[in-house]
Parts: sequence; C-alpha cells; structure tokens
Amino acid sequence: MTAQPMVKAEGVHKSYGAAHILRGIDLEVAPREVFCLVGPSGSGKSTFLRCINHLERINSGRLSVDGELVGYRQKGDKLYELKDSEVAAQRREIGMVFQRFNLFPHMTAIENVMEAPVMVKGESKAVARERAVRLLDRVGLGDKGGNYPSQLSGGQQQRVAIARALAMEPKLMLFDEPTSALDPELVGDVLDVMRDLAESGMTMIVVTHEMGFAREVGDNLVFMDGGVVVESGHPREVLGNPQHERTKAFLSKVL
Amino acid sequence: MTDKIEKGPAENPPAGPGASGLPYEAIKAIPVRHYGRWVSGVVVVALLAWLGYAFANGNVIWATVRDKLFDPAVLSGLGNTVIISVSAMALGLVLGIVFAVMRLSKNPVTGAVSWLYIWFFRGTPVYVQLLVWFNLSLIFQYINLGPIYKNETVDVMTPFMVALLGLGLNEGAYMAEIVRAGIQSVDEGQTEAAHALGMPQTKTMRRIVLPQAMRVIIPPTGNEFINMLKTSSLVSAVQYTELLRASSNIGNTAGAIMEMLFVASFWYLALTSVFSVGQYYLERRFARGSTRNLPPTPFQRLKANLNMFRRTEVAR
Repeated sequence: MTAQPMVKAEGVHKSYGAAHILRGIDLEVAPREVFCLVGPSGSGKSTFLRCINHLERINSGRLSVDGELVGYRQKGDKLYELKDSEVAAQRREIGMVFQRFNLFPHMTAIENVMEAPVMVKGESKAVARERAVRLLDRVGLGDKGGNYPSQLSGGQQQRVAIARALAMEPKLMLFDEPTSALDPELVGDVLDVMRDLAESGMTMIVVTHEMGFAREVGDNLVFMDGGVVVESGHPREVLGNPQHERTKAFLSKVL
Repeated sequence: MTDKIEKGPAENPPAGPGASGLPYEAIKAIPVRHYGRWVSGVVVVALLAWLGYAFANGNVIWATVRDKLFDPAVLSGLGNTVIISVSAMALGLVLGIVFAVMRLSKNPVTGAVSWLYIWFFRGTPVYVQLLVWFNLSLIFQYINLGPIYKNETVDVMTPFMVALLGLGLNEGAYMAEIVRAGIQSVDEGQTEAAHALGMPQTKTMRRIVLPQAMRVIIPPTGNEFINMLKTSSLVSAVQYTELLRASSNIGNTAGAIMEMLFVASFWYLALTSVFSVGQYYLERRFARGSTRNLPPTPFQRLKANLNMFRRTEVAR
C-alpha cells in the first residue's frame, strides 16, 4: 500500500501541433512528499502539471494518480477515454493553484471557497461555510471572507485560492508557479501557507522559481529542460551540487 | 447643471470633511472661455423653439392628444405591447443562451444546427417571418403531436402566438450572437479553475461562466429590448392589437391620425425611458466583484450631493 506512488509518469509525451513540449517524462511522486519542478520557461514543467489533472491531454505514455490512469480507463490492452463527468470526478481529488489565482470574481472570498463543495459534492451550505471559515482562518484571512477578489491583494487572493482548493479535501495539490505573479513582499505569506500545508502531510507538486522554498521544504526536486527531466534528487543536492551543464547554467542565473 | 452634479462626488470625498482646511493653497487661474459652446447652445435653442412653434401651430389638435392619452383602448394596447415585448424577449433570451452554448459546443451537430438557425432567422426580415407564422396553416393544416395533442393550426396560431413566435425566434438569433460574445469574453482561466475543482461542463457554464458573461451581455441586451419594444409595432400586421394598432384604430375612425401617432410616440418614449433605468440597475448588479466600488445609483448620488451641501454648511 505505502509503496504505491501518488503520481506516476512513464514516457509522457505532449505536443501542440508541431510543437513537441514533453519528450518522455518518467517520474514518481510518493505520498506526503513535496515535489518541486524547476526549469527555464518553456521547459514543459507547467504543461506537465496540467496533464496531471487532465487539463491537458497527453499524447503518449502513461500517467496515473494514486494508481488510477488520468483521463482513461484500461480494459484489457485497450484504452477508453473517460466521459466529462468521470474526468470531473477524478479532478475532485486533485487541488490546483494557478499562477494568476483564477478566483471567481463575481463571488466573495468565502463563496469562492464554498462553491465546489456545495455544487460538486452536494454539501449543505452550512457545512461548507463552516469549513470555509476554518480554511480562511488557516490561510490567515479569517476576516476577509466577505471581500470580493478585486478588493484583495495578490497575496491574499492566492491564499484564498489555496483555501478554495483545500475545501475539496484533495489528496494531491498542484501548484503552478503560485508566487510568480506576486509583488516580492507578498510572496512570503503564500509560501508560509504552503510550508504549513507541507508540514500537515499534504502531497504537493510545486512548479516554482523560489529556490529557497524548494531547498527548505522540498523532499524531491526535478530539473526540467526542453521537455525532459535533466536531473533529479534531493533539493539540497541538486541545487548545491548540480551535475549537468544545463542545470548549472540555469542555477547560475536564478540563484 | 449636469456637470456640477457629476463632479460633486468625484471631487469631494477625497477632500472629505477637512476640505476647508487644506494644507496647501489652491491654484487660482482664469478658466478657458468656451465661446463656441455658448454660440452652439443658442443655435440649438433657437432651432428647438422653431420646431416647437411649427408643431404647435400645425394642423394638430393637441387637446385630442391629451384626451386620448389615457383612453382605455390605448392603455390596453400599451399593456399588450409590454406583454408581447417581454415574452418575446424572454423567449429570445432563452433561445439565445441555448443556441450560443450549442454553437460553442464541441458537438458538430449542435454547432451546425445553431449556425443554421442564426443564419436563417437573422438573414430574413422579421416582418416576413411574422407573415409566414401567420399563414402557417397553409403548410401544416394540423398541429399533431401524436397521442398527446392535436389541433387545427388556425386555432393554435392566435395573433399572440404568431407575434410571440415571430418576434421571439427572430430575437433568439440575435441574442445567440450576443451571448456567444459574452461567453467568449470570460477568461479561460475561469473555466480551468472550475474544471480543476471537479465541476462538470454544464455547472461550470451555469455557475461560473454565464454570470460573468452577463456583464458583457446586458448592455446590448438592453439595447435589443428597447428595439423590441418598438419592433413589436410590426405585429399589428398579424392582427395583434398592440399600442400602435390600438392608437391608429382610434385615429382612423376619428380622423385624428397625427394626434394618435403622437399618443403612441409618447407611450413608446415612456416605456423605453423606464426600461433604460431598469437596465442601469441590472448592470450595476452584475458589476459585483468586477469593480472595487459599485457606482452610486442616481438616488444615492442625489443623497451624496445633499449631504455634501449640508457638510459644507456645517463647516462654515
């Protein structure tokens, strides 16, 4: 049981037309692990993240979450595409935080957090509200529940977005450059929330440029470039003593 | 006049109660003189006066206009105009949303059906469509829904039904394009976020995309509705007694054609004015979250202006 990886990718390829973005990704993410993806822009790390909850469809290979194929069902040696509702059911278990927050602007912070449990799980509003209050408290925004996203700073919006994802009680959280769109002084608050989440044992895959966070919180780090995994290992080792030229070149620019 | 009203809330709140005790000396300069505005103002007033004089002295009995304004037949026509406009618009809105979603769907069949619908109903005059509905019994003598329902087409196609189908289906084609533009204006990140939370396609559309699309949809829809109020005058051709038909019926028998056209115009203007105000409030409601602070309603603005006067008086 414990040996089953939370995410397993084998030979994952993804192209948009002629652009071959992912060129064979193999990796495993263990439960309760904080898994960092770093690399130059265009290296495919965000694309790979979006494949994990089927926002993007992979062209080749196998990708599974908690032992279940993403977006497909296997019968014998044939693959069947999942229906819209089945894909939606898979996504319920996977939380995602976006670079540009993507909060629902026509709803207040607390309504944002309550939306999915009520609409997707059919939870009662009272139960959903109670959890939403607790989650907003947890991300340090207990007093902002009645605010619309446009009335919140970027850092606050991103923390609401994290609370919104957590409201579905996911077993895996995906972070797509969660601090890249933030002013430098607001980055710390978001990273604090993520650190706290990591300590609580959440499995997290984090695409980031925050090497400090990766070194301190990450259990595993993968350096991607040109759609392939160049180097992987413990963050302190990869960041402190990179083996490949491409890793060295990239790190010398960002560190 | 209006200048002053609009400047009031914009300039004064930042200054706040301490307006009189500013820490700096305001610039005192002679403002630019706009002589052109004065000249054009005079010209406009003169033209309006001339027009008013012409109408007042024309061959129009104004007392008739006043007397017939609240004539029961006119008021009943007015009511019918509102009823047919609102119901045709409601039908158009529903059809518009359905066909817009169909048009944007990945299903090629629904996409093609929607395209065909819009192509046909937008491509032929609404007047022609009304006449075709009116004469539908020439093609389908019976409306036959198997064991559920069967009736002669002439009995089903009352003037109201003809008007509703004619105006509503035509409107649906225009609304479909407006709704489509609205849906496409919503950031793709919104759909992605909803999908990532496990919301299926239909719920994403209903809960996330459409409410945000409304902000883009409402202004042209208000425009469409005002258009509809006036286009509904065409349905007098299919025996539906709306405002224009009711008015001109009186006008023709009483020999007061121009007078009754003024009566009808007065009510059309009244209707469009009322609905313009309604549209303002509707837009305000769907602006929630898109602006930090909602614009004040006319009433709130008035109150703020009154408060402003009071405050300066107190300050002095």
